[in-house]
Amino acid sequence: MTDVTPALQLVDVSKSFGSVIALRNVSMHVDNGSVTCVLGDNGAGKSTLIKILSGVHEPSEGQLLVNGAPKRFTSPRDALEDGIATVFQDLATVPLMSVWRNFFLGNEPTEWPWPFRRLNAKKAKSICKAELLDMGIDIRDPEQPVGTLSGGERQAVAIARAVHFGANVLILDEPTSALGVKQSGVVLKYILQAKERGVAVVFITHNPHHAYLVGDRFYLLNRGQMMAEYTRSEVSRDELVKAMAGGAELEALAHELENL
Amino acid sequence: MSTVTAPADERVAKTSVITRLMRRPEIGALMGLIVVYIFFSVVDQTGTFSGLTGAARWTDVAATTGIVVVAVSLLMIGGEFDLSAGVMIGTAGLFAGLLITEYQMGVWLAIFLTFIFAAGIGFINGWLVMTTGLPSFIVTLAMFFSLRGINLGVTKAITDTVRVAGVDEGAGFDSARVVFASEIIPPYNFKIAVVWWFVLVAIATWVLTRTKFGNWIFAVGGDKNAARNTGVPVRRTKITLFMLTSMSAALVGIISLLRLRSMQAGQGVGEEFVFIIAAVVGGCLLTGGYGSAIGGAIGSAIIGMAFIGIAYARWNTDWSWLFLGLILFAAVLVNTLISRRFQGVRR
Ligand SMILES: Nc1ncnc2c1ncn2[C@@H]1O[C@H](COP(=O)(O)OP(=O)(O)OP(=O)(O)O)[C@@H](O)[C@H]1O
Ligand SMILES: [Mg+2]
Repeated sequence: MTDVTPALQLVDVSKSFGSVIALRNVSMHVDNGSVTCVLGDNGAGKSTLIKILSGVHEPSEGQLLVNGAPKRFTSPRDALEDGIATVFQDLATVPLMSVWRNFFLGNEPTEWPWPFRRLNAKKAKSICKAELLDMGIDIRDPEQPVGTLSGGERQAVAIARAVHFGANVLILDEPTSALGVKQSGVVLKYILQAKERGVAVVFITHNPHHAYLVGDRFYLLNRGQMMAEYTRSEVSRDELVKAMAGGAELEALAHELENL
Repeated sequence: MSTVTAPADERVAKTSVITRLMRRPEIGALMGLIVVYIFFSVVDQTGTFSGLTGAARWTDVAATTGIVVVAVSLLMIGGEFDLSAGVMIGTAGLFAGLLITEYQMGVWLAIFLTFIFAAGIGFINGWLVMTTGLPSFIVTLAMFFSLRGINLGVTKAITDTVRVAGVDEGAGFDSARVVFASEIIPPYNFKIAVVWWFVLVAIATWVLTRTKFGNWIFAVGGDKNAARNTGVPVRRTKITLFMLTSMSAALVGIISLLRLRSMQAGQGVGEEFVFIIAAVVGGCLLTGGYGSAIGGAIGSAIIGMAFIGIAYARWNTDWSWLFLGLILFAAVLVNTLISRRFQGVRR
């Protein structure tokens, strides 16, 4: 099977917020069964880019193609319906709601026929607990409000949720920033597992080692513009580190690399 | 080694029944209810407040307030206010009344059209809030003044008075009265509105805690952005809540129209804050995302007791407003203290 139609594609996309131009003429594509990493400095426009892919923002200019066909997402709900799930940088969890309610928010499993249709809370809780256990996060009680979880636990909830619902495309915006070494490793493993299943993965990270471990294609974004595109075979880990870190902190990073 | 069979998570301290009870959003209101009940039973001059005769009276006030408070509570949990909910009672009553008296419409058809009309007003509120992005406080305040003006203007223009009367001549009046404005359980004569109230509170509680839509209400009130990003239809959820609020006000408007057989153009004005007070006393968070329908019902019961209790104590009823003010402050203070003590939620 030579499926060359990208799962998601951006063609000359620009996005401005009033006078702020966050993205300018960005083109990229995300293939099924591969991991696409978007790298760049703080404020480069990475989150804005993935928010266009996940339906949060509509592009000011340019086109979004899903499986080769032009598509307009008016809300993330549209994207979710196409099997595009996202871990947002701010995690998109509701602090006062319980873990299991957050996990299934917008995708609640129900039982019984209308008008008695109700949440299948039992099923939801057990899936939620099991998915989090798989990630190596043993939450105390799925009834616990998300606002009382630790930062890493909350990130794990958002990741487990996206992995559970992202049938076609999985977008992760700095998902490992608050995670421990073990859990970060689990996330990288998840990314590879999703890739094996044929899912198109978009992975945003400030950690070039993480990116190099799993990435097939790398986009370098700077000040809202696409500076470079590499495939894995075209670039070495050192070049990637250099491109991101500017070479200055190379020593320290190399050291960190050894410990991975 | 302990001999616990089911190995509960060791990181979870055992929560006592008391703690779990204290974590309920309506606990402050429940304690307030008991205090208020004892207080008015003591100062009562008629000797009937604490019994069923008194209950038939205060549950009436509680029900006609509480029917709207149910919806106002859900709306508040969903992160919005409706300041037009009070005046909407008058608008709905006048609308139904004019259809019956001026257009010779059957009472049941008029009631049906009134609910549609109220849903439309609620839709406009919700649509404006979602489309303009203005705070609902402002949008519904504008709706409040508009309806207040329309109520008077239209009533005067059509009837030359400030009330619509003669509804009892409409076809189907008697059967509608049985459903909306009759009395049950003689000799105490509880109002049927109390049944409506209980049923609505029960349904709202089920919806809020057991359904998808309830989940969405908490989500849109707790964090609108997160809700949208996880695929909750924020716009639809909020607009629906505004529509339910207007329709609940219309129900009270119809109840009082059928009871009194007429409607004053100024009916309902001022009630909007009573609804909000009841919801807040009942533990709904003003900022949204937290609360319960039962809490709002307890808040309404406190308000019913206050109005009737002050009259039964033979005090001037003007004092009820002072009382409401104090109750509001005390209940919110207690709720806040309790949640700090027992909730353990990082806010
Ligand atoms: N809603 C918005 N309104 C105005 N400006 C915005 C908005 N969203 C993003 N921006 C601007 O767009 C630029 C890119 O932001 P973005 O969040 O995409 O950066 P990023 O690459 O994800 O950065 P980081 O690595 O810190 O997460 C920033 O300068 C930001 O101020
Ligand atoms: Mg970002």
